[in-house]
Amino acid sequence: MERKRETKTGELIRRFKYNKSAVFGLVIVLVLVLCAILANYIAPNNPTPSPPELFNSLKPGFWSEDGIKGMPLGTDALGRCVLSRILYGARVSLSAGFVAVGIAMLLGITFGVTAGYYGGRVDAVIMRMVDIMFAFPALLLAIVIVTVIGQGLSKAMVAIGIVYAPQMARIIRSSVLYIKEMEYIEVQKAIGSSNWRVIFRHVLPNSMAPVIVYGTLMLATAILDCAALGFLGLGAQPPTPEWGAMLSKSYSYIVSGAWWAATFPGIAILFSVLGLNLLGDGLRDILDPRLKT
Amino acid sequence: MKWYIIKRLLMLIPVLLGTSIIAFSLIHLAPGDPARTMAGEHASQRTINAIREKYGLDKPIYIQYGIWLNRALHGDMGRSIVSNEYVTKEILDRFPNTFELTFFAMILAIAIGTMAGIISASKQYSALDYTFMGIALFGISMPVFWLGIMLMMIFGVYLRWLPIGGRINILIPFHRITGFYLLDSIITGNFAALISTLRYLILPSTALATIPMATIARVSRSSMLEVLRQDFIRTERAKGLSERVVIYKHAVRNAMIPVITVIGLNFGLLLAGAILTETVFSWPGIGRYVVSAVRMRDYPAVQGCVLFFAFVFVIVNLVTDIMYVYIDPRIHYE
Repeated sequence: MERKRETKTGELIRRFKYNKSAVFGLVIVLVLVLCAILANYIAPNNPTPSPPELFNSLKPGFWSEDGIKGMPLGTDALGRCVLSRILYGARVSLSAGFVAVGIAMLLGITFGVTAGYYGGRVDAVIMRMVDIMFAFPALLLAIVIVTVIGQGLSKAMVAIGIVYAPQMARIIRSSVLYIKEMEYIEVQKAIGSSNWRVIFRHVLPNSMAPVIVYGTLMLATAILDCAALGFLGLGAQPPTPEWGAMLSKSYSYIVSGAWWAATFPGIAILFSVLGLNLLGDGLRDILDPRLKT
Repeated sequence: MKWYIIKRLLMLIPVLLGTSIIAFSLIHLAPGDPARTMAGEHASQRTINAIREKYGLDKPIYIQYGIWLNRALHGDMGRSIVSNEYVTKEILDRFPNTFELTFFAMILAIAIGTMAGIISASKQYSALDYTFMGIALFGISMPVFWLGIMLMMIFGVYLRWLPIGGRINILIPFHRITGFYLLDSIITGNFAALISTLRYLILPSTALATIPMATIARVSRSSMLEVLRQDFIRTERAKGLSERVVIYKHAVRNAMIPVITVIGLNFGLLLAGAILTETVFSWPGIGRYVVSAVRMRDYPAVQGCVLFFAFVFVIVNLVTDIMYVYIDPRIHYE
């Protein structure tokens, strides 16, 4: 039994290795995670010096002779090192994404399993609620929630988590509906296992493949939406080094020629989202070929 | 078919009621006294009492909801705390701007997206295919607000080809009739205004179009590939029909069915993108309005925008579903 499982994992890893774009995505994500973990060690400067070093305001980076040594990507309007802020920003954005997707999974699994497993009226009520939340574009719903619970990074994470929950609930519900009809579940019920036991021991573990795939893809959009909220001034507040907020504070200076402060944070967002999308697509191809589009 | 549409319309009622409940509860979920919230921070006690009276805020919550919904159905969403204008009027004033932006972006996305997808599929594994799909991959991962800033920087600040924000050159005399700038300038035969409007439209709509364009390109490619593998295509090729006829006349028709669903689904992304694009390009639309309303805690305005966006989104999804049945006769909903 144990050996069989091992070979299955081995096969999955083999299939993953052949998927070039998935490997590329994984590399990007790993680099990102390393930046986030090691930010204290690899960042050349303090991302939030206090008081701000205004005499260093909007200095260019390594490409120009006017640049400051030790600030390779230049400085922002408050004289802070753009590279250091991006590295610390990886920490902020990644953890924001993880927390948001975590909340979405928790809510989505709870409601999705309940709806799918128990069916009937419970299912109808939950799915109508899901329909209602789907009537809003995700970012708008997040903005609405932020209006009520207030602005700030942690609140933005909660808002995005709530917004993504219905999507997760739908995915889990449909996979629970499928698994519920399997014979081994019937067997479990026949031998008198409690609903809880059936759900946690058999239904949930077997519906994890789509959760992992969509969780990864969701992480990409969560990072994007978190940055969007930061950009709109509704998410992370200054001086937190968050990519979206960095953009919103810097883009008015492009008119005066300071392009770097608004360019690099965006590239960081783009590559994180790209990496997670590639990884998610790859995982989908490997774990669940039926989902392939 | 008729019954399907009727059933689909009936299903809208609970969803729209639900969205209205969400919009309604905004004010009540926010901390503080709703009457004070609606009156604004600096309102006098008399104004607050007047508002409490007018909206029945001293009555039980379900009666309040009834009063509010009744007013909303008659187009009265209350007055904006910031401007003291009717919210409905403020939204309708901005609607043409958002409509022109999203409409233009959607056309761009559909035209270029489907073309790229079809070409990629018909020349699978060619350099062109890899280029298009590479661009599309970046496209779906693009933060739209950053792309907007980059376009603005390159084409507005450095090359100075296009304006970086706003709706029209204010020095050009412009007569407002419908509020739709393109339409108005055509009606009045104002050629200078038309050119100016188009110039102001290019950058924001390109930024907004990118994500849907990339998604549409990817879906049309995979859908085309699937169709091209089918038997009837092989038969047609065997019959000696030219590749052009096979692809553009027969394959494309069948391949576009899933693309339509994706276009409908992407509309939500487009609305969300409009919120960001309008903010970047100082575009006087509803997206920018809702952001400033949230910042100012202008609850009636937020409520109005929320209802408006949800309504538009729901209607678009309905139209997509109906079109889907209409286009693909194999599908029957009973």
